Amino acid sequence: MRRTIITVLGKDKVGIIAKVCTFLATNNINILDISQTIIQGFFNMMMIVDINESSKEFQDISNELEQIGIELGCKIQMQREEIFDKMHRI
Amino acid sequence: MINIKEVIETNTMIQEMNLDVRTITLGINLLDCMSDDITKLCDNIYHKIVMTAKDLVKVGNEIEREYGIPIVNKRISVTPIGLIGASSCKTIDDFVCIAKTLDLAANKVGVNFIGGFSAIVSKGMTKCEELLIRSLPIALKETKCVCASVNVGSTKTGIDMDAIKLLGEIIHQTAEETKDFDSIGCAKLVVFCNAPDDNPFMAGAFHGISEPDSVINVGVSGPGVVKRALEEVKDADFEVLCETIKKTAFKITRVGQLVAKEASKRLNIPFGIIDLSLAPTPTVGDSIAEIFETMGLEKAGAPGTTAALALLNDQVKKGGVMASSYVGGLSGAFIPVSEDQGMIDAVNLQALTLEKLEAMTCVCSVGLDMIAIPGDTKPSTISGIIADEMAIGMINQKTTAVRLIPVIGKKVGDVAEFGGLLGHAPIMSVNKFSCESFIKRGGRIPAPIHSFKN
Repeated sequence: MRRTIITVLGKDKVGIIAKVCTFLATNNINILDISQTIIQGFFNMMMIVDINESSKEFQDISNELEQIGIELGCKIQMQREEIFDKMHRI
Repeated sequence: MINIKEVIETNTMIQEMNLDVRTITLGINLLDCMSDDITKLCDNIYHKIVMTAKDLVKVGNEIEREYGIPIVNKRISVTPIGLIGASSCKTIDDFVCIAKTLDLAANKVGVNFIGGFSAIVSKGMTKCEELLIRSLPIALKETKCVCASVNVGSTKTGIDMDAIKLLGEIIHQTAEETKDFDSIGCAKLVVFCNAPDDNPFMAGAFHGISEPDSVINVGVSGPGVVKRALEEVKDADFEVLCETIKKTAFKITRVGQLVAKEASKRLNIPFGIIDLSLAPTPTVGDSIAEIFETMGLEKAGAPGTTAALALLNDQVKKGGVMASSYVGGLSGAFIPVSEDQGMIDAVNLQALTLEKLEAMTCVCSVGLDMIAIPGDTKPSTISGIIADEMAIGMINQKTTAVRLIPVIGKKVGDVAEFGGLLGHAPIMSVNKFSCESFIKRGGRIPAPIHSFKN
């Protein structure tokens, strides 16, 4: 399993998590962990997901999430987990 | 499992502190392209580069997208052309023809620079290598992406003063040939002592003869990240300062290692080294000079700057070495004037002079880099500056380099504009006293003794 990290950054409002989760469910992407925090008034959410069962390619999922972010007025980014793992774990 | 704090930290480094992978450089061996017919040679070179590097940019972009880390440059380095051209190049035009071929191949695969239009003449020039050096003014004028370097000395061989004398003249001619663009040709030419075979950074990259057929070398960067980390420990002592740099360098380098391994796997080309460098850009906040200011110096160039640079360089290496399985290239802090806004400001305020920069090169990773000097500087003076810098490298067993740009038609106080990653540079004052009689002696400076170190 290659875990992937989705981050959502923006102004808090109703329906952000709902919309992202609906998209993930539709595309058969399993959520392994969710956490969120507010930093300097901005909503930060991180999801660890498994995209292995999805029929879509990484690039396409990433592009579509970015588009959803634009519609919601926040920044959604999808990155492979290794970049965080390498940086913060020996 | 990764937590949200770590994710935010990494993404803040990338988005707010300009953390990036500065370059993925694909080294390509061209020895098997050699031919006694120049047309055939150029043909072979073109096809080998295009075949080997066809997916480089695509893979670089994919990795960038998937990991969310900018990979600023995708580049190519090739075997020194001074060797490759040996059997077929009889004239300067033949070498210009190879330079144009490299330019075409670089354009075809979409890289922004190709390095290796180079000659290794530490002990003497072959006829062919001398021709390559003499072709530089035209070759650099007529190509866009080609970078050239000449290694004129090493700790083991001493310094080839004939080559240095010739290069003073060649740098001046290159400046003349490209004077309509602030003598930009000289920004693509580096003179080295102890040049490494696996340097991924331009303009000095070439694929040395100790290297395999092809190899992926990666240069990381992140002065902005180091600066921000040091802001958090503003009044702490040197132990804390050094620990902070080391930890930051570790994190930066791990990203480079990840990108290098991934590129190597996807391109099916072996991973060579990570170059642990802090390479500044003209962007504010991405500056080595600003790191000095955070450390407590009013401006880069103030007393204490050499000590600050020495500790910075050393801690970056100590942190980086543990983060990567193979370290090489130039590894250290770069101090190019034109590519670092803080350095430019320091020069404009007369806090930083050419002589102080020379002292700093004793403890940094490279040397006098991207320094604009008055266009009327005599070729022998340029040779003298090169000789000084090469001597520092030879005696201290380190790589040193000189990339000087005598900007034709400009004088101290003017500004040279190079554009893009090369930035802009204030014209720096050069010592007016002559070294002409010293330079015109000719011959070699012998290799230094390796005992009685003082």
